[in-house]
Amino acid sequence: MSSVAEERARPAPAIRFRRPGDRAFQAALGAVALLVVALALALAWQLAVRSHPVWAKFGPAFLWTSEWDPVAEKFGALPFIYGTLASSALAMAIALPLGIGSAVFLAELAPRGLSAVVSFVIELLAAVPSVILGLLGIFVLVPAVRAVEPTLTRPLGFLPFFRGAPYGVSLLAAGLILAFMILPYITVISREVLLAVPRSLKEAMLGIGATRWEVVRHVSLPFARSGILGASFLALGRALGETMAVTMVIGNNPKISLSLLDPSYSMAAVIANELAEAASDMHMAALIGIGLTLFGITLLINAAARLMLYRLTRPRAG
Amino acid sequence: MNEAAFVRRKLQGRIMFALCAACAGLAVTVLFLILGYIAYHGFANLNWSFFTRLPKPVGETGGGIANAIVGSAKVVGLGGFIGVPIGVLAGLWLAEFGDNRLGFAVRYAADVLNGVPSIIVGLFAYSLVVIPLKHFSALSGSLALAFIVVPIVLRNTEEFVRLVPHSLREAALALGVPQWKVVLRVILPTASKGILTGALLALSRVAGETAPLIFTAFGNRFWDGGWMQPIATLPMAIFTYAISPYDDWHRQAWAAALVLMLFVLSVNVAARIFLKPSHGDAHG
Repeated sequence: MSSVAEERARPAPAIRFRRPGDRAFQAALGAVALLVVALALALAWQLAVRSHPVWAKFGPAFLWTSEWDPVAEKFGALPFIYGTLASSALAMAIALPLGIGSAVFLAELAPRGLSAVVSFVIELLAAVPSVILGLLGIFVLVPAVRAVEPTLTRPLGFLPFFRGAPYGVSLLAAGLILAFMILPYITVISREVLLAVPRSLKEAMLGIGATRWEVVRHVSLPFARSGILGASFLALGRALGETMAVTMVIGNNPKISLSLLDPSYSMAAVIANELAEAASDMHMAALIGIGLTLFGITLLINAAARLMLYRLTRPRAG
Repeated sequence: MNEAAFVRRKLQGRIMFALCAACAGLAVTVLFLILGYIAYHGFANLNWSFFTRLPKPVGETGGGIANAIVGSAKVVGLGGFIGVPIGVLAGLWLAEFGDNRLGFAVRYAADVLNGVPSIIVGLFAYSLVVIPLKHFSALSGSLALAFIVVPIVLRNTEEFVRLVPHSLREAALALGVPQWKVVLRVILPTASKGILTGALLALSRVAGETAPLIFTAFGNRFWDGGWMQPIATLPMAIFTYAISPYDDWHRQAWAAALVLMLFVLSVNVAARIFLKPSHGDAHG
């Protein structure tokens, strides 16, 4: 990363190319590059056009009503928005401490060789296709959650978060599986950011008698804060849009419930389950409307992530 | 007094570091449990007819998913055939001529496409191809995968082309070589190792994508009927078999998961080994 930044900082050779062949070549490559911009615009445009009927009929209330009845053509996206946000929040709550803890271990404690091997293994976790994690979710995670649920409801049942029958398929199962999907993003980026903390800062702190943990706590982590935050937002963007693993374990029930043990639904899951067999044009428009909303949310989250990671790399590039 | 405080601080450090090590240990353990579980159930259900036969009708045991393996190869192949050249050429432009406003826009568009959930890309292909043609098709699935490949290959190509030393460019230009020839015959070959590896990684990533195929390539219990017809793919087979109520289909899902995972992981490990020397040097 740093070497790319250095290359970029060097001025490109200022030569003017007047040969017609060069100009044609530049134009041809530029046209392909423009095609990429056109793709992104076309994506947003298509989603907006195809979902227009649902906005025309229900207006923005589509986003905060919760009745979903394709047969009666009543559509409200709130249960799906809630399920997406709740499962992602749960995943973040689990993955963030785990990921930062792993990153601290890899950057500060582990020998260089071990650190490289372990972070590669963790990166491999990100390469496992989500449908395979979903398969494990159905046959391993869900039965495990179902078995654990009664022991959760008995002591904690007075809380609204731990109520209901033990189905296994639940917000909790979705949150757990998402946590392991986003863990690699948080760990790998946080590790890189922590490795970039200047040695002199850490040595200064050690020199005045701090323990190694105090150096991590008061120098490394604060220094790496915006990078870790950026990594977290990147992971959050992944969690919000994840489809297969969530679809297979969340229970696919469009009801809003505070309980983590109740089956729920997510925006990506409802599109995956219903679009291929959409009952009517309005049903299709509603599903694409949910897609447009999800697109908007991930766009915002990713922009925030990039802003934070950009701010981080900027001062060192200059 | 001071002594006690120091012991307490050291102890606190030990505990926190132990917790951190436990976090990393947990992550690694989970990965190996996943790999082990799939290998165990996958190998137990793998046999020759799995690779060579078509699926049997519902209720009969046996049969294979030969059509899904071929289908995945076709859909991913066409997706790469469309997506990789676009990504490489756009990335080349970005690295060589992209330090301007248009370059910013291209980079931004690529980042947006990169961050879009794959199911949304599937929606795009659905809206672009499936709705106008009124039926599912292998072509729409390939297009969806191509849209995912483009931004990955683009950013990867840009990074590797930027790593080519300026001195190489200047030496070629000083010999009077036209710039287009410098880019195509000097810069592209120099960066080709990284570019190709990146393209391969992108293909292995989309080979596991399911969400964009559900309502584009759809699925097929038989051999496909050409690019304009629905087609079976490996990830879709895993998905439909996993959520089905039949034990025999569950067994096939495990076998299919093993095949898919072996492919994805071997590409990732091979890419890592292949890139090690030059990449390692470049990044210090």
